[in-house]
Amino acid sequence: MLKQMNGPLLKTKAQPNSAGPSPEEPAALVPRRKFEHKSSRFADATFRYLMLACALSVLAIVVLIVRELILSSALARHAFGFKFFVTQVWDPVSGDFGALPFIYGTLVSSLLALILAVPLSIGVATFTTELCPQRLRSLLSYVVELLATIPSVIYGLWGMYVLVPFLRQYVQPFLAKYFGWTGLFGGYQFGYSMLAAGIILAIMIIPIVTSITREVMSAVPTAQREGVLAIGATRWEMIRVGVLRNARTGIMGAIILGLGRALGETIAVTMLIGNRPEIAKSLFAPGYTLASVIANEFSEASDDLYLSALVEIGLALFLITLLVNIVAQLMVWSITRGSAQRATA
Amino acid sequence: MGVGIQVNQLNAWFGATHAVHDIQIDITANHATAIIGPSGCGKSTFVRCLNRMHETIPNARVEGTVKIGDTHVYGNGTSAVEIRRRVGMVFQKPNPFPTMSVYDNVAAGLKLNGYRSHRDLDEIVERSLRQAALWDEVKDLLKKKSGASLSGGQQQRLCIARALAVEPEVMLMDEPASALDPISTSKIEDLIFELKQNYTIVIVTHNMQQAARVAEFTAFFLSGKLVEFDKTEKIFTNPGDKRTEDYITGRFG
Amino acid sequence: MMQSKFWWRSLQDKVMVGLAAGATLMVLVPLVAIFGYLVYKGIGSLNWNFLTQIPKPVGETGGGMANAIVGSGMILLIASLIGVPMGIGTGIYLAEFGKKRFGYLIRFTADVLNGVPSIVIGIVAWSLVVVYQKHFSALAGGVALGIMMVPIISRSTEEMLLMVPQSLREAAWGLGIPQWRTTLSITLRTASSGVITAVMLSFARVAGETAPLLFTTLGNKFWNFNMNQETAALPLQIYVYAQSPYDDWHRQAWAGALILIILIVISMSLVRMAASRGVFKGGN
Repeated sequence: MLKQMNGPLLKTKAQPNSAGPSPEEPAALVPRRKFEHKSSRFADATFRYLMLACALSVLAIVVLIVRELILSSALARHAFGFKFFVTQVWDPVSGDFGALPFIYGTLVSSLLALILAVPLSIGVATFTTELCPQRLRSLLSYVVELLATIPSVIYGLWGMYVLVPFLRQYVQPFLAKYFGWTGLFGGYQFGYSMLAAGIILAIMIIPIVTSITREVMSAVPTAQREGVLAIGATRWEMIRVGVLRNARTGIMGAIILGLGRALGETIAVTMLIGNRPEIAKSLFAPGYTLASVIANEFSEASDDLYLSALVEIGLALFLITLLVNIVAQLMVWSITRGSAQRATA
Repeated sequence: MGVGIQVNQLNAWFGATHAVHDIQIDITANHATAIIGPSGCGKSTFVRCLNRMHETIPNARVEGTVKIGDTHVYGNGTSAVEIRRRVGMVFQKPNPFPTMSVYDNVAAGLKLNGYRSHRDLDEIVERSLRQAALWDEVKDLLKKKSGASLSGGQQQRLCIARALAVEPEVMLMDEPASALDPISTSKIEDLIFELKQNYTIVIVTHNMQQAARVAEFTAFFLSGKLVEFDKTEKIFTNPGDKRTEDYITGRFG
Repeated sequence: MMQSKFWWRSLQDKVMVGLAAGATLMVLVPLVAIFGYLVYKGIGSLNWNFLTQIPKPVGETGGGMANAIVGSGMILLIASLIGVPMGIGTGIYLAEFGKKRFGYLIRFTADVLNGVPSIVIGIVAWSLVVVYQKHFSALAGGVALGIMMVPIISRSTEEMLLMVPQSLREAAWGLGIPQWRTTLSITLRTASSGVITAVMLSFARVAGETAPLLFTTLGNKFWNFNMNQETAALPLQIYVYAQSPYDDWHRQAWAGALILIILIVISMSLVRMAASRGVFKGGN
């Protein structure tokens, strides 16, 4: 697809010339074509450079992002060094900043979201690609994708006034009563908690994990499914051995992409997590994530060190999500390239 | 030991398309029966009705009876899963499981059926690979080589071994050598000769020489109907139906 | 042994199918609940007043989000002016000119940009525009959202352009039409509905973003049409109202959310209609 653009242009120009002017065509037409060719060369070059500029601006933006993050966080980085990432204290008043509670909050809420979302996503993907009647398929996938269009702030709003009261009234007492022994469900039941944040994150990443899982499952060739059925497997066994197993790298990629999304999610989490920079074992306790602290405190940061610390948190968030997304892209890429190879094997 | 197959008034549809019409045929145990005919004549569809693979296609339908030994394939209490274990299938394009080693490919069906002990599995895997004439070529790399990394001919023999491992009584082969080179093809044909002693073989082929080489009986299909069914020798030297003769002599198809 | 094993396998099969169906149902629950609550809680407050008035002072009931709706429009306009040309241009470059390695680098960078959390983009826009101008503005918010639109539009534009068959381009060249004209009038025109779809998709996606606006546009209780000043925006207003202690503001938050989701659903439906109508018109 990426052909040399100048080649064909010159080639097709050559044809009418090499054929020579026919008796009908006055020779004057030939120089006219040449004239057009020259001016279009200039326009072509301009166009090409313009498009190149657009493409380069994408590079420039990313470079700018990295640059601004590094520069604006310089103050905090020099003040705290690597200790920043292992200190638990976050005290704007005394100017002592440590990012550990936020790292903990981000990781735990995202992990909880994955634990809840992944089985459901794989279940939905399996159902819609292998099990449900044809007519329902596009309807169901459309509906699941609808979940992806809901803005974060609306998830947060619904979370605050519907999910949290529901958790407070029914779910938390239930969990505390029967599963309190795990130590995960103790403490005062605010409602605004790691649990609430994890649940809303799970709902938010289900669409993307499901849609990519569906894609990789559909990419498994029918011959594989038939091969498993033919040796006498049940439907579920066929799915397990013939589809899920073949698609497992892609599914891992989907999961990691979901993780990347969860790590960077800001608004819904901020509205539900309680915003307290503490590390607690219980899921009922409030927490704080890297994105949330920026959202809450950035516009009110009163001094340069405070701001700089917040930017450094932004830098950390950027690097974490960058790493996760790269790993995910590689995995999904390997399956979509790999499946083309396998299909011809 | 193989069993015979009795097919009675078999009809099959793809949605509204009537692909197979009123097939009546008795396939002899421990012999190879070839199904020949031009493209689109319904031979693959017919064969896939024998192990209930046809119904896995959306909007597909089957009517009629098929008896394998004493079992009614489409009987009320019969499970498709069980039939597919008893009737092995080898597809036109080899389809080994790419995420599994050679060993695991052969053992796949066994593991599903509950064989867990390593000794049992080892024994059956070796036996199946020997039967498929693949053992010597892979015995040192059983667990290291993936099923998909073998050559085309080896892959197909692997698929045969995989099918044999679950101890079927019938082997269905849908143009098993059409995607292979001549040397692999002749290896597969030799294989069929060996397998005949223990299994009932039904082989779909568009290659008439192949039918003549490996099968005692041949059925000629045309437009979804069974035109003629007889000893291979008779079909190819003195066919009873003119249409058969036309096909054999290359006047069409 | 095979028989009992088979019974167990059959049971497993049924259980797993049930679980998969159950998972699907469970996923549908929040969807229905969210849309349901939005309508239930918001519909009562959707009236002419709400759509035309600006917020009343704290404590007084009534008022509306008119300034936020208009403000969002303004910010999205700025964002589109930045994001759409850059996105389409990048897409054109990748599809028509991109050489192997460099093109891959750009594509990779665009994907990286896509994955950057929106709040980080907010920080960068703050650093580039707000700090430079020494005040908050709608422009800064527009810049942030525009940056977010670029990778979405670029990837889809590239995909759509690649779907246009090469024979079409060659026909144009054969007629002596220069490269730039071919790309714009022929190739892009053919892929146009797909590209428009992509633009609207990115639009719908950034319309609901709050985080990048938190410290760029900041919000405004009053009308503002000056892009160099703080401006109200719909998602921002919802965010502030939802977390406030006033019941009346909660009510308005639901109403605002309902408007926001209606606008998004409308643009997504338009996207679906455009996509099914003719992405391939003119192809082959």
